[in-house]
Amino acid sequence: MKIMVCPLNGPRPVSEFAYGGEVRRSPDPDTCTDAEWSSYVFNRSGSPGVKYEWWCHIASGFWFVALRDTARDIVLETVPAEAARRGLPPERAP
Amino acid sequence: MFTHHESLKPAYDVVIIGAGGHGLAAAYYLARDHGIRNVAVLEKGYIGGGNTGRNTTIIRSNYLTPEGVKFYDESVRLWQDLGQDFDLNLFYSTRGHYTLAHTDSAMRTMRWRAEVNKHFGVRSEAVDAAFVRRGIPGIDMSCGGHAPILGALFHAPGAIARHDAVAWGYGRGADRRGVEIHQQTEVTGIRVQGGRVVGVDTTRGSLATPRVLCAVAGFTPRILDMVHLKTPIYVHPLQAMVSEPVKPWLDPIIVSGSLHVYVSQSARGELVMGASLDPYELHQTRSTLDFVEGLSSHMLDLFPFLSEVKVNRQWAGLSDMTPDFAPIMGVTPVEGFFLDAGWGTWGFKATPVCGKTMSHTVATGHNHPLIEGFTMDRFARYQLTGEKGAASVGH
Repeated sequence: MKIMVCPLNGPRPVSEFAYGGEVRRSPDPDTCTDAEWSSYVFNRSGSPGVKYEWWCHIASGFWFVALRDTARDIVLETVPAEAARRGLPPERAP
Repeated sequence: MFTHHESLKPAYDVVIIGAGGHGLAAAYYLARDHGIRNVAVLEKGYIGGGNTGRNTTIIRSNYLTPEGVKFYDESVRLWQDLGQDFDLNLFYSTRGHYTLAHTDSAMRTMRWRAEVNKHFGVRSEAVDAAFVRRGIPGIDMSCGGHAPILGALFHAPGAIARHDAVAWGYGRGADRRGVEIHQQTEVTGIRVQGGRVVGVDTTRGSLATPRVLCAVAGFTPRILDMVHLKTPIYVHPLQAMVSEPVKPWLDPIIVSGSLHVYVSQSARGELVMGASLDPYELHQTRSTLDFVEGLSSHMLDLFPFLSEVKVNRQWAGLSDMTPDFAPIMGVTPVEGFFLDAGWGTWGFKATPVCGKTMSHTVATGHNHPLIEGFTMDRFARYQLTGEKGAASVGH
């Protein structure tokens, strides 16, 4: 992956982007157990796979969601955060 | 050098996944110190072909937390007579280690680390700019004018060693004591019944075992999936490179966190150089031009006279990172499944002490006292072992 397609700015060199980690949904802090909360705070899906991730185009400060294969380093799709909120599967929705 | 075994036995007392330095060291000490010799070490590639053969070979114990300093100091002690133990030349070379400080706040951290180190009997001291200039010939003290060197943490026991030989020495020592090393043997599953490990499936057949030690660095999350354990480990590539051989001039090891550089000169005269992690998750050991350009420009800030020296090779390894830059070691909620992981970018120097403490943990079923600050359950208790201040470069 050397070029990434920003939903706002089009194809740009990957050095213009910052990685913001996997998109994860927080459990309800009022009802979840201590174990669920600490797992949410620290644990990650470390294995390779196709993941929804936060990325930011630094120059324009634009945050979006990318669907990326972390084994092959190939971006399958990039969508603005708003569209991602509507379109992602419920367990992945930010 | 190693016995070739045609097939796996139906059962072993202990199975170790990963024939890198850590896995082989654990096998060696299990056989030598604990009398457990019915052991199989399973390796999907070849001996020492992972991060053991990809690191920049630096050995030091100038850490920040008491847990870290005690642990790595024991490792440095073990390194001293390892070559004799193995009857193999590890090219262990004590060089002295400078961690450069370019800002007042970095100097403050160096003083902090020096005091913690001295408290535990480790030889480290905060030194001024004049000391650095005398100790490192050819260095540009202004670093191109944008990052002047104010001082450093000087750690006299800092050393380098031949990394392949460490894996070979431990492997041969284990092999001679009856441990079976199976290369080209990939683990495809771990069988758990009633919360206990009962066996392992591989590409060369299945076997029964009550105990499994996982020592696979960047492949840890994939093994953890097999036993349904979650950890904070995330994987980023770490790259490194070497120059063509040049006349010996750089005796000490130099690290600059601000410039993202660590460098030493090998016995062959090559400059062995490393920098920060790649900036995003990736399970691939590809190399990038960005890395060579960035690291070279910072090397030239330190040593402008190297501008005509060529880069010979570059490579990458997969680092299993943790949020507090300390490893994850010891027993796990799955009985009989032991973890030696989260070694990120700092695992080579710890090879001997990891072998020692993990062999004790596997043999007794209880965590060795030296690894109590590194256990997996520290995250649920929010008791992190904050070692980031002593990472060799800012990440």
